[in-house]
Amino acid sequence: MARFFRETELDTRLLGMLGALALIWIGFHFYGQMFRGGGFFLTPRNLWNLSVQTASIGIMATGMVLVIITRHIDLSVGSVLGFCAIIMGVVQVNVLPQYLGLGHPVIWIIAVLVGIVCGTFIGAFHGALIAYGKIPAFIVTLGGLLVWRGAAFLVARGETISPVDPTFALLGGGPYGAIGSTGSWIVGLLGCAAVLGLVVLGRRKRRIFHITQRPVWAESFIAVVGCGAVIGAVMLVNAYPWPRGIVRRYAAANEIEIPAEGLFISHGFAIPVLILVAVAIFMTILMSRSRFGRYVYAIGGNPEAAELAGINTRWMTVKIFALMGALAGLSAVVASARLGSATNALGTLDELYVIAAAVIGGTSLAGGVGTIYGAILGALVMQSLQTGMVLIGFDAAMQQIVVGSVLVLAVYLDILYRRKSK
Amino acid sequence: MTTQRTDTPLVQLKDISISFGGIRAVDHVSLDLYPGEVVGLLGHNGAGKSTLIKILAGAYQKDGGEILINGEHAEINSPRDARDFNIETIYQTLALADNLDAASNLFLGRELVTGLGFVDDAKMENETAKIMARLNPNFKKLKEPVSALSGGQRQSVAIARAVYFNAKILIMDEPTAALGVHETQMVAELIQELKKQGLGIFLISHDTREMLELCDRVSVMKNGKLIGTERVEDVTEDDILSMIIMGKKPDKAA
Ligand SMILES: Nc1ncnc2c1ncn2[C@@H]1O[C@H](COP(=O)(O)OP(=O)(O)OP(=O)(O)O)[C@@H](O)[C@H]1O
Ligand SMILES: [Mg+2]
Repeated sequence: MARFFRETELDTRLLGMLGALALIWIGFHFYGQMFRGGGFFLTPRNLWNLSVQTASIGIMATGMVLVIITRHIDLSVGSVLGFCAIIMGVVQVNVLPQYLGLGHPVIWIIAVLVGIVCGTFIGAFHGALIAYGKIPAFIVTLGGLLVWRGAAFLVARGETISPVDPTFALLGGGPYGAIGSTGSWIVGLLGCAAVLGLVVLGRRKRRIFHITQRPVWAESFIAVVGCGAVIGAVMLVNAYPWPRGIVRRYAAANEIEIPAEGLFISHGFAIPVLILVAVAIFMTILMSRSRFGRYVYAIGGNPEAAELAGINTRWMTVKIFALMGALAGLSAVVASARLGSATNALGTLDELYVIAAAVIGGTSLAGGVGTIYGAILGALVMQSLQTGMVLIGFDAAMQQIVVGSVLVLAVYLDILYRRKSK
Repeated sequence: MTTQRTDTPLVQLKDISISFGGIRAVDHVSLDLYPGEVVGLLGHNGAGKSTLIKILAGAYQKDGGEILINGEHAEINSPRDARDFNIETIYQTLALADNLDAASNLFLGRELVTGLGFVDDAKMENETAKIMARLNPNFKKLKEPVSALSGGQRQSVAIARAVYFNAKILIMDEPTAALGVHETQMVAELIQELKKQGLGIFLISHDTREMLELCDRVSVMKNGKLIGTERVEDVTEDDILSMIIMGKKPDKAA
């Protein structure tokens, strides 16, 4: 067993998190089966919904990793999300249709850009106050938490803005906002190709720089498990069919005859999930392969050393918070598209889930340590707990108690783990 | 002082002052440094040695005075500015990011990148292995975060960083503080070698004897003031010690 871990060089932390996730999933499933007359957790429908619900928190959690690595915190992301959503709502419902006409194909693009730019500016503003004004991030973003929520209310005078542009709505998922069976297989095959490519590239790099190779069986094992996970995910999302009503409408609109046994149209991967995957890939490359990422870690490890090494740490802080804001803007796209409207309450308490996701995913509040994949897994854990508790009928009070306790417990386990691995 | 060099100094610090709150950490200090020369800075803890060289390194901004490099006025307001003048510094605190490995620290702020602009970890690691083989052949922990290294190993990473980038002016703030006998000897040899290559070196140490061996001139500071600068062949260890302790120049028999 020890040899297995050594030779595959698998991250035991990552395995621990996957194990915890599996426990949560199986636990909720069997609890439901025993006490609620059916296990609803491990069904394509629930897992598909879980993936969509994870997207919004997951996108922001990748940015929170950078913020926390550099020893800051951002309490404002939920409110920034709400504010960006309202601005996008106003742009696509009240402003653009006047000039372009309702349902014009560029409306959604402009709306998305406006949302992301809006988040970026807010984040950069926070970052500038922190870096150049020397106000602690905790205070700046605590202020932001209140300011942007209030601003969102003022902009819309408390009204819900709906309906969003139909194309924009696809970014939130739903039957039409998913890429279907064929598309999912294409994505899956690309995923498998990427897994194999990484394994082969890794071997080549190790050969060039004379680093000992992993044994072939270990490489094959990783490749098989990686591809297996991707294919499993494809089969899962393809196993969740469109609801009958939507199929009927779709069939009528496209003049398709519905056979007697019904028409099985797969959802496939939801678009917000693909957005999350794209963000995850981008952020992972940014953090592990770019100078920017290297500086983020360096600042977290020793801000003074980073400064002395010639890194403009203050400008870096502005950029990090701007990136966090941009991701909050993107999350606002996903969240408001999913809802089909923009309300000024959108994203309330999200900051806590996002911070919890990053921290559960192994981002150290002491700074310098954290990974993107960890944060996304953390988001999945948080969302699984949430969904699971709803499924088995826990009320809101109970949910809060569980989520809060899990956060503290996870950080404690993390501390134990780090102490042991030192 | 019998012979005065007439060529242009590499570095001239003129009337440098800096205060922290009410404390004058450096009080109108003037020093110069010629190519191929080692100038030592001595003085009690808190005398202002590190503060003075940090001004040259761009880590602190002086309140008054002027810095000249190669006889020309130099504006040094950040570590980046200092780097542009080919000034490299080994800080007393070493200034390493503990969570990064030796290569990432060595190249911090000056990463080697691939054609696509991605950091080239493999190449940086290779380069690090090469320079470490020269500086400290026992150094093997290339892949581990530097927090896992011993004090001496960390010091060799800091030294490697200063040496790698072809400095013209090298500042070493207690570079041998954590080193064993063998490693200290290695640094001494390195200083001789760099000196031969024409670098100017500011060296700070509390070891008076070591300083007399390695330096061409030594300057003594006390309470932020410069007590005096002497050529090592003109003074004895006792003279230096009395300068450090009493804050007075030795009475010289002319
Ligand atoms: N960043 C700072 N803020 C406030 N005071 C400082 C700062 N840096 C240095 N000082 C003060 O300036 C004085 C000189 O300190 P410095 O570090 O230059 O001494 P040093 O000669 O290098 O001593 P040592 O031999 O202990 O390294 C001390 O009184 C110190 O407390
Ligand atoms: Mg000092």
